[in-house]
Amino acid sequence: MKRIFRLTAVFCFLLAINAWTQEAGAGEAQPLQENAVVEAQVQRLSEELRCLVCQNQTLADSHAELAEDLRQEIREMAAKGMSDQAIIDYLVVRYGDFVRYRPPLKPSTLMLWFGPFALLLAGVVGLVVMLRRRAKQAADAPLSVDEANKVSELLNKES
Amino acid sequence: MKRFLLPLVIFLTVVGFLAVGLKLDPREVPSPLVGKPAPMFNLPRLDNPEKTISPKDLLGQVWLFNVWASWCGACREEHPILVALSKSGTVPLYGMDYKDTRQDAQQWLEQGGNPYIASAMDADGRVGIDYGVYGVPETYVIDKAGVIAYKQIGPVTEEVLRDKILPLVKRLQAQ
Repeated sequence: MKRIFRLTAVFCFLLAINAWTQEAGAGEAQPLQENAVVEAQVQRLSEELRCLVCQNQTLADSHAELAEDLRQEIREMAAKGMSDQAIIDYLVVRYGDFVRYRPPLKPSTLMLWFGPFALLLAGVVGLVVMLRRRAKQAADAPLSVDEANKVSELLNKES
Repeated sequence: MKRFLLPLVIFLTVVGFLAVGLKLDPREVPSPLVGKPAPMFNLPRLDNPEKTISPKDLLGQVWLFNVWASWCGACREEHPILVALSKSGTVPLYGMDYKDTRQDAQQWLEQGGNPYIASAMDADGRVGIDYGVYGVPETYVIDKAGVIAYKQIGPVTEEVLRDKILPLVKRLQAQ
């Protein structure tokens, strides 16, 4: 009985926490909301940019404190009328190309961009070479006398 | 025998790549700031908000810039190493208290010892963004011309200090 009480208490506590955090979360994206153009730009950019703290999330998805700071920074730059490119450049200067979900094409990223296609090409070439060789082997191998005898023997048995 | 050779080569190649991949730390993102001038700032000092610190005041010497915070767990790990380094007097160590409160930070330094000649207060994390800070602690080696020569992401360990930071500092000091 005591245990049930305790469980209920824990459950109520969790519900309260949940309600509280949801309330806190709801207030988060409020600042500067009046400017729809700026907000759209912030949204667009933060979906293009990586949060460096939780590296597989965009700035838009991340709840890391740094991501919140960077969204705020982007919002302020957007409000000043900076272009998408200028804002991305601002972040790349500080955090490197890694902040971008679409890495730029340059010598150090050639492998990244073309590596998969090179691998595919190598695979296709290998496959063609192998198939050709196999076809040639099958055509080029004449039967020895023993084998020919065995074949005719088997064929005769069948009929 | 020959037909096993190709699969073996492919297998060994894949193993090689995976072995290298295991050793890489995805959290260590190469900083574009290495080789560039340390971003300027003018921040209040932790011990005395009336006074400010700026990298401009430190030109002409090699110094270490350590970004820390009282809420940062890994900072606790490197702290004794920094304290020992500051006692040795080989290189001046300045700190930046990142997104922290003055009270917490001062308490933290009282407990663990203060290895810094001075610490700047970056309460809102703005200067942190200029330095590309994303995981505290981070440590920068800055040369006499005010250029960032090296960035350590994560705690400074005995090995990093011995094998990377101190030899670099020596080389830069001789320049």
